[in-house]
Amino acid sequence: MMERLIDRMIENVTQLFLLLALAPLVTGVIRTLKARLQTRRGPNILQPYRDLGKLFRKGMVIPETASWIFAATPWIVFFSTVLAGLMIPMVAADAPLGLFGGVLAVIYLLGLGRFFLALSGLDSGSSFGGLGSSREMTISALAEPAMMLAIFTVAIGAGSAGLTEIAGAAIGQNWRFLAPAQMFAFAALALVLIAETGRIPVDNPDTHLELTMIHEAMILEYSGPYLALIEWAASIKQLVLMTLLINCFWPVGLQHTWFGFGALQGIAWLLAKLLLLSCAIVLLETVNAKMRLFRVPELLAVAFTLGSLALVSTFLF
Amino acid sequence: MIAELFLSGIVVWLAGAMASLALWRQPAAARRVTCGAALAGSLLDLAASAAAIFSGSPAVIGLPFGNPVFTWAVRLDPLSAYFNVTLAVLAAAVSLYSFGYLREMEGRRNLGAFGFFFNLLLLSLALVFTASNAFFFLVAWEVMALSSFFLISFEHEKEKTRNAGVLFLIMSHAGSGLMLIAFLVLASASGSLDFSSFHLLASRMPALQQGVVFLLFLFGFGVKAGLVPLHIWLPEAHPVAPSNVSALMSGIVIKTGIYGMARVFFDFYGAPPVWMGTVVLAIGVASALLGVLYALMEHDLKRLLAWHSIENIGIILMGFGAALMFRALGHGNLAALALIAALYHTFNHAMFKGLLFLGAGSVVQATHTRNMEKMGGLIRRMPVTALCFLVGAVAISGLPPLNGFVSEWLTYQALLAGFGTTQSLTRLMFPIAGSLLALTAALAAACFVKAFAIPFLALPRSAEAAEAREASFPMRAGMAVLAVGCVALGLGATWFVRVFDPITQQALGVRASSALVMARGLALSPGTAHGGTISTAGIALIFLLAGAAFAVPLAMRWSRRSVKGPVWDCGLPGLTADNEYTATAFSKPLRMIFSALYRPRREIQAEFEVSPHYPSAIRFESEIELTFEKRLYGPLRERIMAMANRMKGIQAGSINVYLAYIFITLILLLLFGVRG
Repeated sequence: MMERLIDRMIENVTQLFLLLALAPLVTGVIRTLKARLQTRRGPNILQPYRDLGKLFRKGMVIPETASWIFAATPWIVFFSTVLAGLMIPMVAADAPLGLFGGVLAVIYLLGLGRFFLALSGLDSGSSFGGLGSSREMTISALAEPAMMLAIFTVAIGAGSAGLTEIAGAAIGQNWRFLAPAQMFAFAALALVLIAETGRIPVDNPDTHLELTMIHEAMILEYSGPYLALIEWAASIKQLVLMTLLINCFWPVGLQHTWFGFGALQGIAWLLAKLLLLSCAIVLLETVNAKMRLFRVPELLAVAFTLGSLALVSTFLF
Repeated sequence: MIAELFLSGIVVWLAGAMASLALWRQPAAARRVTCGAALAGSLLDLAASAAAIFSGSPAVIGLPFGNPVFTWAVRLDPLSAYFNVTLAVLAAAVSLYSFGYLREMEGRRNLGAFGFFFNLLLLSLALVFTASNAFFFLVAWEVMALSSFFLISFEHEKEKTRNAGVLFLIMSHAGSGLMLIAFLVLASASGSLDFSSFHLLASRMPALQQGVVFLLFLFGFGVKAGLVPLHIWLPEAHPVAPSNVSALMSGIVIKTGIYGMARVFFDFYGAPPVWMGTVVLAIGVASALLGVLYALMEHDLKRLLAWHSIENIGIILMGFGAALMFRALGHGNLAALALIAALYHTFNHAMFKGLLFLGAGSVVQATHTRNMEKMGGLIRRMPVTALCFLVGAVAISGLPPLNGFVSEWLTYQALLAGFGTTQSLTRLMFPIAGSLLALTAALAAACFVKAFAIPFLALPRSAEAAEAREASFPMRAGMAVLAVGCVALGLGATWFVRVFDPITQQALGVRASSALVMARGLALSPGTAHGGTISTAGIALIFLLAGAAFAVPLAMRWSRRSVKGPVWDCGLPGLTADNEYTATAFSKPLRMIFSALYRPRREIQAEFEVSPHYPSAIRFESEIELTFEKRLYGPLRERIMAMANRMKGIQAGSINVYLAYIFITLILLLLFGVRG
């Protein structure tokens, strides 16, 4: 019993460390690769860490009009994102906090963070904040049904909505990725990932003070350590969704347990797969232009259609 | 013991009704008697029904009167007791709140009449939930409908209020008519009006009759529950009532429809055909989605909440529909899961919707408007109300770790498990319903960002909002009770699911809670083979620990480095409330995306003196179309009016003609009787 508890602790701490440490790196890699693909030199891969460090050391300006919601939001967003990250299988199929929630809990914890972020956007009274909140809530709402259809499909294939069981069912069956239902579901979830992490063509993560911005508009009034928490949480959310995508559909290298040589192997595989997915995202961001806001629903309708196709193909093939 | 407690609750309510009527000339005394009696009656009812759930055998509460026409027949079985607990908790909180809320009306309105109908409403609700005889049930139902009508039209000097009251009355009676027919069909099959003689009776009837009775009950109770397309009275009637009444209306009165359906579907029917579950599931999805879509367009705070009641009734019906389908397909355990999801959500909705309406009531009393665009910044003026409203908003959006999340999670699990229960194409219903539930929940979250942020955050948008005063102590206490209820039902989910054992045992012969509770009560599992688990208590614990360990110390350290500054205003001189995002602007993207449904119409008129580029005044008007009201009820009303016009001919106004009518009717009935 005691041993089991210590094992759990080690898993939790390792995954927590991976989440916190790896997330800015993924952001940095994507930025640098994107710059290279556009024949710019781009920032150093480690730039996001430097940014976070700088922001944590700075002071902050709190808007006079803001209430306690403004101060509570960065913490709620950060904790809920990290907690969601501990519920997904990263290195081994067994998610450290799998008992506390499966894929639905992950989605709804991210939803909790988004809810408060949108409130804080409106809290300062700035029109930019309201604009960002309104768009963020609209787009995430429209992404939800496609995401749920894809997850239903995966859960039906694995016979479970528990992420540990989904990943466990997928280990050692690499053919599963090629099943039509899985491919459609993968495509649907990939589109949702783009919308949820605010990447081109839905939102441009590199803009400030443009009328097309979404996420950046919402957090415009934040500065210093609170901004650092929100930025960090955003990159953790991106890592969580990317990991969810690759480990549910392509679980190569995912380990059964957390210990020994296997864990190192698992981490190596995770890094390799994340790099590959980052490359795909970079390619997508470079060849596409940002869409008009009112074209985004069409993209999400495509995702929904793909999700429905995935569902139908579970019993056609 | 249970019988004594229940009866004393009834007596206290009755006495409260009479006493406040008698005291109508002394408003302060009437207010105290009204609220005191309502509170005491609720607590007695709570004790009786909580004991009844776990007592094992249903408590039959007899009284030494009754005649062939009017029978006192009251039975507290687990299902009745569960709805009574819901009623009692909500009513207790609302009564507490009313101590403060009604004070404003003292001397301006007749509080004696209010107290009479208020206590009568609670009394009739308790009897609707416990009546075990069709006739007695319908009598209690009518008393409930009439006392609701008088409470809705309490502020009758406004024409809008009167119209809403009349609409409520018409719809309510249309529903009772359908129910009456259905009960008569059942009674003629069983030869008795007693509910116990209806047990599993409907399933033994011929298929056609079975289906017709099912639809009559579904639509009869559906009117009261506010199902789409029978919902049109709800967004009119709930907002115009005093806010404590709105809380009761949305929290529990519409649940009488849900109770009626539960009674019929899981007591009178055995294993209904699959199509019935399919119909219920489809109507549930439609209600949930349309309810939230119309709520998003609303900037009247109370109307917005009323539309959300339609949404939540839809979510409850999704659980019912799934339970019916599972029962038809022979999956008792899954049926129990879906039924638990629906009933859990029923209780949850009573808690958070009651809370939100009470919060809205405090806000409306402080700002004298229901229009959100004229509120703003209330979190500083009314901190307790704001916190309570926020708890309700998070709970209704289905976000962890509060109660709305638990019941929505159970609903998802039931829908997820449904796909494997059949090989026919009907199984596609489940994932599609699940994905539309996800859309509904996400849109509800968007709507409650608006419903909390626009009234409570940023700068006040009117002078009234800038000078709003916090609600009085009893009002805050009433809201706090419900807020604690939302938190407790979320964190204590593994404890609470045990309450459903006697209900599912009676309805389906399954006790599910041992399969649902895992890891020594830490986590909840759907009890299906592989469903994943959830631990709201664990999530809350981690939030608390992380908050205490990191957030508090770090925030204190950082606060030394922080300064207050003005908001970025693009260099314009100073930010005013006019620059803020409005509720209408917030939902504009959705209005454009779903324009096929809303058919929005807008009108902009700019007045200018020199050039159109420098307008001196702008008038903006925007409106959406309520499809059902216009396309379904509009023509229907015209048809009815035309028919009534044609029938005017037989109304001669002379007593001789009417006597002739009576005579002819009598002859016809006699002939009919002789032949039969």
